[in-house]
Parts: sequence; structure tokens; C-alpha cells
Amino acid sequence: MRIFVCIKQVPDSAQIRVHPVTNTIMRQGVPTIINPYDLFGLEEALRLRDRFGGEVTVMTMGPPMASDSLRKALTYGADRAVLLTDRFFAGSDTLATSYALANLIQKASDNWGKPDIVFCGKQTIDGDTAQVGPGIARRLGLTQLTYVSSIDAIDPSHGTITVRRRADHGVQVLQSRLPAMITMMEGSNEIRRGRIEDALRAASAEVVQWNAAAAGITDLGHCGLRGSPTVVKKVFAPPSREEKATLVGEGAANPTAVANDLITQIFARQPVLEGDLMHAAARH
Amino acid sequence: MTRNHFDAIVVGAGPSGNAAAYMLAQRGLNVLQIERGEYAGSKNVQGAILYADALEKIIPDFRDEAPLERHIVEQRVWMMDDAGHTGMHHRSDDYNEDKPNRYTILRAQFDKWFSRCVKEAGATVIYETTVTSLMRDASGWVVGVHTDRNGEGITADVVILAEGVNGLVGRASGLREELKPENVALAVKEMHFLPQEVIDARFNLKGDEGVVIEAMGTITEGMVGTAFLYTNRESISVGIGCMVSDFTDVGQATPHGLLDRFKAHPSIRPLLEGSEIKEYAAHLIPEGGYKAIPELVGNGWLVVGDAGHFVNAVHREGSNLAMTTGRLAAETVADIILSGGSCSRHNLAAYVDAVKESFVMKDMKKYKDIHGFLKKGRHVVDLYPRLMNRAAQTWFRVDGVDKRSKESTIMREAWRARGIGGLMGDAFKLMRAWR
Repeated sequence: MRIFVCIKQVPDSAQIRVHPVTNTIMRQGVPTIINPYDLFGLEEALRLRDRFGGEVTVMTMGPPMASDSLRKALTYGADRAVLLTDRFFAGSDTLATSYALANLIQKASDNWGKPDIVFCGKQTIDGDTAQVGPGIARRLGLTQLTYVSSIDAIDPSHGTITVRRRADHGVQVLQSRLPAMITMMEGSNEIRRGRIEDALRAASAEVVQWNAAAAGITDLGHCGLRGSPTVVKKVFAPPSREEKATLVGEGAANPTAVANDLITQIFARQPVLEGDLMHAAARH
Repeated sequence: MTRNHFDAIVVGAGPSGNAAAYMLAQRGLNVLQIERGEYAGSKNVQGAILYADALEKIIPDFRDEAPLERHIVEQRVWMMDDAGHTGMHHRSDDYNEDKPNRYTILRAQFDKWFSRCVKEAGATVIYETTVTSLMRDASGWVVGVHTDRNGEGITADVVILAEGVNGLVGRASGLREELKPENVALAVKEMHFLPQEVIDARFNLKGDEGVVIEAMGTITEGMVGTAFLYTNRESISVGIGCMVSDFTDVGQATPHGLLDRFKAHPSIRPLLEGSEIKEYAAHLIPEGGYKAIPELVGNGWLVVGDAGHFVNAVHREGSNLAMTTGRLAAETVADIILSGGSCSRHNLAAYVDAVKESFVMKDMKKYKDIHGFLKKGRHVVDLYPRLMNRAAQTWFRVDGVDKRSKESTIMREAWRARGIGGLMGDAFKLMRAWR
């Protein structure tokens, strides 16, 4: 199988701070990571390759430093990494990004053959739009399978795939044709620790770098700021909440009773919460 | 599998490991460096002062590229009691020179840069990989390493253990003993963010000038240890450390408790006023001195940096000893391998000779008895700073008491605290240990 995986290098949101005065995100010095949602797609891709053979190519669009994330993907076991980088892409919104990535996939297909599956992250943790994957699928005419929690069956020779998809009110079992664009649900798998051979190979591997021209992108009007109709008017930090934690039943003789009372009151106010908790408990 | 064979494997990407890997790659050797952290510097903690000389001998023009904070123009040494400090300050415009001698650095950034240099020099560097043990052949000769990743072990002609203070690989492989609590200090530090202009004004600095404060006294609550405060460009590193054995044997203080108290000290609090804590860290420092240095070489392996216990606690030097031992190890190994020799204990002993010839072992040897002196004479870290501050106050207060009476008060207090025999004994023992 030939599998492409689109990833994005994002700031580690756990370590981001909002500037107390200007209310803007302080990106300086914040470590970068592979968008966590992308790793579920990468792991699924590696498993399929291990089962059926073939190769996994990871790709991204971003500044030159995004090659760090690609190299990390190689350490996990990907076979090849491609970086699309050009100042023309600066300021891309989801429309311009999916345009660039669709072209990148096209170019990569010309070089190494058409993919059976393109994996994308469900969404990114810095943009949260969940639009780029579907955008790519639409542009390349791929079947869209989003929010996939597991791949139940796959038949590369007949070009069919069966997946479970998380829908609003249940789970859909979908059968579809390949090639497909798939976004995986979080928790559907866990990224592996690459073998020592993968780590060694990744350390010295070449990350393929293409600029717009090398990727065959000539219509720069679709790229970067010029190709981005979305305008971010304002970014602000939500004000911190007013309510504070309160201490109840301090020094009470029977803390269990106090806790039980309290929980009953909370459930009375928010019945949904009780259902969710029972559901979660039943699953474990 | 020849792909997995290297001339040398360096375990760890701190100052000693980076120095060794860089020098080996420069000499054209096929080097693999293995770091357990996510990137070089992610696990490393230091005050941190960079001593230019040691790095200059490895990367002569490092100043053009390395992320440096401020160069040091002023050194303050403070003896503290609970109310204040008495100290010595040394500041000179001579330190505003073309090639300054000492800098404050942020290790997370500096180590990343150093690691990039290592890669550019041609070494293979892998991260997030922990060496779990050494691979040996039937005769016990070290021939490579095993890691925590699946797959085969990796072989090499020599393994350089630059694994830091804990020496886990060395211990797991029976090359060294467990760390002893009396041979390591535990230091904690915080980074306090302040605007550059505020730091400049507060410490009387301009441009990239920086100040170092080293402090001792009642702040360590009777334990052997020191505290520090270093100015970075937009932050202040503040920390304190004491011998691990003292934390268990002397008093009830916790490391963070000591740091909180130090930060609240009337001499320190105004310097940190209005700052925001950006990060905090803790680390062990090998401070057992000369007598705690483990076996340094064997068949197919050698030890550098903190793993070799190379820290001059008296002068707060460690990273320069680490870089120097890393460099000397690399020179020895490169000489051996390029001349077709084997990395036997006998051949690697040239590294030990080189360390002995250098300032590293000379300084370690000079202070070989300080450790024992402080262990037996813990009172000096508490008593003398207190006496000094009392004396200063008696001397400087103008209160109608004549100067001769003040002099005898000062003498009497010292006498009462320690007795003439004690005072003479401390002075004599310190002199002997210092020599």
C-alpha cells in the first residue's frame, strides 16, 4: 500500500502563554510538536504498511523548521518525508493550505505513485478548524472518511475499505472505495516507539524540500495571504472565570455523607452529568 | 549489520558529550551520539554560567553563533545572616572585552545550539533514546550499547559515557558504585522573568553586562551548600543547593523550602520584586570532589564530565570541566582509532594522563580535602557568616561607643562563639584543605 500522511508542526499548547498586557499568544520559545491528532493517522498508516507492505510518506507545508517534525515522523518509522516550504505560503488559511497540500500530494504522486490512502489529522490544536483534510479530499476527488475510530477491513486488491465512524448519535459502519482521505479519532491507537533502526535512519535521512515551483504550483494567487479569504479580526484570551472553588464541610464528622449530599445536589442540577459518568463507568 | 557499527558512541548530549562528539566528528570519525531527552538540553539543568575558555578550545568562534545571555562584569560573594549580608564585590570594565570570559546562558537553548554544531560536524545524533546497558564480548570488553528501543544493539570501537551525574549506565554495567548521598548536592532553581530594562536598572548594568551573586550563610540552615543569583537577558536564575546527606542528617529543611526562604531574604527579595516565575528545575551535582572520581577508563569505554565527578564545587565550575574532559577524551580516542590502534584500557589511559596534565585534575586535587573539612566542620557555613555580619554591624553603627570597645566586642563575640582553640583550628584546617 502507498500511504501519504499530512502532518502539521504546531506550538505545544500545553506550554503556550498569553501575554498579560497585549493578550496575544506568546509563541517565542514555545516548543513545537507534531499536531497530536496527526499521530493517530500516522500510527494507522504504519500499521497498514506493516500488514500489507508498501511505504508511508509524511508531508507538511510550513517553515524550514517544520522539517524537525518530519524527522520525528521518520523516527516513528515513516519511510519518506517531504516539506513544502516557500514564503509564498505564509499566512495561508484552510482554503489556501488545502490548495497547496493537494498540489503537493499530486506532485508526490507523480514521483512515487498515487496513494491508496491519505491520512490527515482530525483537526489541529492551534487552528481547530477540521477543514484542511476535507478540503484536500474535495480537491483531489478522494472519498472522505472523517472521525474514523477504527479500520475494520481493507482489501487493497479490490480497492475497498470498511471503517467505523463516530457520528453524532452513534457509530456508523461505512464501506467505501479507495483511494480515500481518512481522519482518525483520538484514542483510536497509540503512536509507536520507533525501532532503533528507524531512529538511526531518521537521524541521517534527507527530508525532501520543495518550494512552490518544485511542487508545480504556478498559480500563486491561490497561495498564502492572497489565496486566503479568511481574515482573523482579533485574538483574545477569554477572561478568567469569576467563581472560585469553595471549601465545604470543613471538619465534618462524616465527610462521606457530606460528599454524597453534594454529589446528589450536583446531579439534580445537571442530570446529563450523571448519565455521562454512569456511561463512562460502564465502559471501564 | 555494518550499518549499526560506529567508531565511537557517545552516551549523552550535555556539555561533555557534545564536546566529545563534536571533536570526534571534526576528526572525521563515524560518531553516534545518543540522548534520552526529547532534544539536547531538555533534561539538562545548570545555573548557568558558561566559561568561554573551555568552549573556545572546541569551537573557537562560538561567540558568533551561540545563544548567550549576558557577559559577566561583576561578581558578588555574600556571607548572609537572617537580616542581611556582608560581601565582597568585584566589578571591572576590563570584562567589557572583545572576547568576554564568562557568560550567563540558558541551557535549553545553548545545548540545542551545541547539538546542532555536533550534527553539522557530521555526527549521527538520536534523541528520545535511553542507553540501558553496555554490550560486552566474552572477555568483558565493551563493544557497544543496548537501548530502550526495539531492535539490535549498536556496536562501536569505544563507548564514551557522558551520561551525567547519575551514571546509570555505568552503574547498570558494574563500572561504578552507587552514588553516595555525601558525594552529591541537590540544587533547585527558578527562572524569574523581568523586563531587560528592570534588570539593567536593578543591577546597574547596560547592554549585555551581567552580574553573578554567590551566597552562603544561614540561608542553608546549617547545611553545607550555597545559593546563587545570575542575571540573564530577560530573566534571573535563582537557586540554592546543599549536600544530599545534609538534607537527611541536618535539620528539617526541604530544597524548595530553602529556596523560598532565600527568595524572601531581605537582601534578595527586592532584586526579584515583580518578577514572574517561568520555570523551575532541580538537579544533582557531583560534589564529592577528587576522592569521589570513579574509574575513568576500561577496555572499550571511558567516562567524561559529571559522570566522572568532575566538578570544582569551591569555584562553582563544572560545565567547563565537562567540556574539557570531553575534548581530551575525543582527542585520545581519535588518535588511537586513526592510527589503527585498539581502544584498550592501556591505550585509553592516555586520556587519564591528559586530564591529570590539565587544570581539571590539578584543581580537583588542590581541593581534595575541602569536602572532608566541611563535612566535619559544618559550623563554618553558618557561624562565620553570622559573626561577620555582627562584626560589620558593630563596626558601622555610630552609637556613642568608642572604637576600641567596639573592637573588643567583636573579638569577644568570636571568642565566645568558637573559643580561641576552635578559631585557630578552623583557620588551620581550612588553610590545609585549601593548599
